[in-house]
Amino acid sequence: MAVRVGVLYSRIRKDEKLLLGELRERGHEVAKIDVREERFGLESTTAPVDDLDLVVDRCLSTSRSLYAARFLDSYGVPVVNSPETGDVCADKAKNSLALAEADVPTPATEVAFTKEAALEAIESFGYPCVLKPVTGSWGRLMAKIDSRNAAEAILEHKETLGHYEHKVFYVQEFVDKPGRDVRVLAVDGEPVAAMTRSSDHWLTNAAKGGETAAFDLDERATELVEKASDAVGGGMLGVDLMEVGVEPEADAGETGVDGDGADDYTVHEVNHTVEFKALDAATDVDVPARVVDWLETKAAAAAGEGAEESTEATT
Amino acid sequence: MTSDTDTLTAEDPITGEEIEIPADVEVGEIIDSPVTGTELEVISLDPVVLEEAPELEEDWGE
Repeated sequence: MAVRVGVLYSRIRKDEKLLLGELRERGHEVAKIDVREERFGLESTTAPVDDLDLVVDRCLSTSRSLYAARFLDSYGVPVVNSPETGDVCADKAKNSLALAEADVPTPATEVAFTKEAALEAIESFGYPCVLKPVTGSWGRLMAKIDSRNAAEAILEHKETLGHYEHKVFYVQEFVDKPGRDVRVLAVDGEPVAAMTRSSDHWLTNAAKGGETAAFDLDERATELVEKASDAVGGGMLGVDLMEVGVEPEADAGETGVDGDGADDYTVHEVNHTVEFKALDAATDVDVPARVVDWLETKAAAAAGEGAEESTEATT
Repeated sequence: MTSDTDTLTAEDPITGEEIEIPADVEVGEIIDSPVTGTELEVISLDPVVLEEAPELEEDWGE
């Protein structure tokens, strides 16, 4: 059954292009909505969303993503991911709290609001430890702190950066991962595809040039992906895990690796506007096709709920 | 203007030169200028209009 899907965007990346191509190939009606051109009022929007079965939030800008999703939700327009999920995922402190509250292993973290308190947090973790902005992505402005001198300098720089969010100091234990981390794309907790991102640098993000390879999730990783997804409210998510207890030399070939070597995992982040072009290239999974399978299910469910509501209203 | 089945031609907004871009570009898509490497945004398709893409902002990402 063809569905009408809106795609919120402000920049068409390869990811959105793959998604649009798959939607159109299946005969779905697609409305591209550039959020830069729209206005969002308390009761309605200039965005053409009235006849849509589902809207997919693919905004590159987190602030636009959060507000646009929240407004659409208030009009009763079904939107994925939900604004609640976006709210938790967009903020690393909320993300960490949600994972901890759901008993998902996650790196030890402290938040402090002054550079003096942050320095105490850093000293209590010991060196190295990690300082991250509470919002942001692609490894930007992340600092691995190796000494007190470095800590003092970085904290002073952050305090003078200007934006108030830089005065929310998010300090985390340094996890000695085996030169790679694991990215899993999941839809409502069900893994679609997984890959490792490897680098000699401590930051292994694909956006930072980390090398990617397919990864076979073991039972424990699969369980944690589901729990992490539930913890943030579900949706189409990028769950990032680090392996615990794996020696660096035990990793990785170019043809793919599996999770059998890990004693356990720690989930450091869940992303709500997940990029998947690297996963699509690194694995045998047709990621856009699996994503659209899921969107079709969500659109059908939303249409069913809408029909139910309208029946209730007339009885 | 379509130069063949695979590419379109458009004016590079920075250099003014005529450049070739993939024929299947989308409005909103970002392409790299083959002349300068600068990121360009596709503003319209008929006619093809390109503009220098917005600079990366702090809240961009996943």
